[in-house]
Amino acid sequence: MIEEIRAHVAEKLQELDGVVGLRQTAEGTAPYLFRQGDDLSQLVLHPRYPLSPIVSLLQKRYPEARFGIVARGCDARALVEMAKREQVDPDRLYLLGVACTAEEAEECHCADPAPDPAPWPQAEVIGAPAEGASPNPIVAEYEGMSLEERRAFWRQQFLKCIKCYGCRNICPECFCESCALEDEVWVERGLLAPPFPMFHLIRAMHMSGRCVACRQCELTCPAHIPLTVLYDLIRRDVGNLLGYVPGADIEAAPPLSLTLDEAPLLVETIPH
Amino acid sequence: MEYKNVLTTCIYCGCGCGLYLEVLDGEIVGVIPAKEHPVNQGRLCIKGWNAADFVYHPDRLKTPLIRKDGELVEATWDEALSLVAERLGAIKAESGPNSLAFLSSAKCTNEENYLMQKFARAVIGTNNVDHCARL
Repeated sequence: MIEEIRAHVAEKLQELDGVVGLRQTAEGTAPYLFRQGDDLSQLVLHPRYPLSPIVSLLQKRYPEARFGIVARGCDARALVEMAKREQVDPDRLYLLGVACTAEEAEECHCADPAPDPAPWPQAEVIGAPAEGASPNPIVAEYEGMSLEERRAFWRQQFLKCIKCYGCRNICPECFCESCALEDEVWVERGLLAPPFPMFHLIRAMHMSGRCVACRQCELTCPAHIPLTVLYDLIRRDVGNLLGYVPGADIEAAPPLSLTLDEAPLLVETIPH
Repeated sequence: MEYKNVLTTCIYCGCGCGLYLEVLDGEIVGVIPAKEHPVNQGRLCIKGWNAADFVYHPDRLKTPLIRKDGELVEATWDEALSLVAERLGAIKAESGPNSLAFLSSAKCTNEENYLMQKFARAVIGTNNVDHCARL
């Protein structure tokens, strides 16, 4: 499959300004902007890094340029939510989607392991879509708990937090210029672990309608907090209560950017 | 137009976490934890995540400063190193090698720290060697 992807990238580089993907060198593997003439044998698919923020960065720096991205399902979903919030311009994007294998889907407990080309003016998907994997077993365990047990579960998990902000930093959907988690009104400085449960619930609330289940936060957490359990539950509630699935429909307005009568919410009216 | 990631080692403590500096057109624009690095395996603490913040900080010292008549004045490296050598030599001659101490840093490499203690012990002649990780 990788050879097919490299061939597609080589062909697209003739018309695009560059393609964002993973490059493997003697140093290791990291995100890279492939340009015409680059050695495409260095283009690889592992390990997963969030690539959508790099497309956003490049599009903002080069407002006329057109870029491609070698995107997995989670990258593509992240791009959908970013496009809705004017972080990515779909018209200047070519999405080369890569379907994850069943093993990869299993590893991520991913329900939706193939990119959807539908939202994008220019897209194609390589590889046969695998079946969605079953959710993280901790979710079912959690649902069997009483309210007291749930509270104790999260208290124990969040006590491990070293407040590195890694979950926020690596998240493709965290791009606000000012962050409530750095605002002393909400988060008192100098406390470790951060105030329970506010610190993590502020972030969880802000991720509702945004989290596309890429699992990067959980992978980068030095304290091994099962963050995707929290975000899976929030995604489920947002789906059940508001009928919204982040990353699915590029035309659907995110519920937290609407008022209750579904009119657009004016940003100036939101207390910081 | 160039976007790439440059692998380096976090400068903030002795753990030695691997991180990538995101470089856009020659300018550092971010930090990404290195997932394949054996020490941190894609994770960082808050210091690592902010390890590049000092690079373009306006308060960053770019030349040595020498205090002259109570004022810190910019100096060349030759001038600064000559002054340090001269003063260390004079203090050692007046008060003996144990009147001096050498504080090394977790921000340096193993090799630089080795050189520092070697200099203290073999050139100056003191075992007064310590490091910033105990501060």
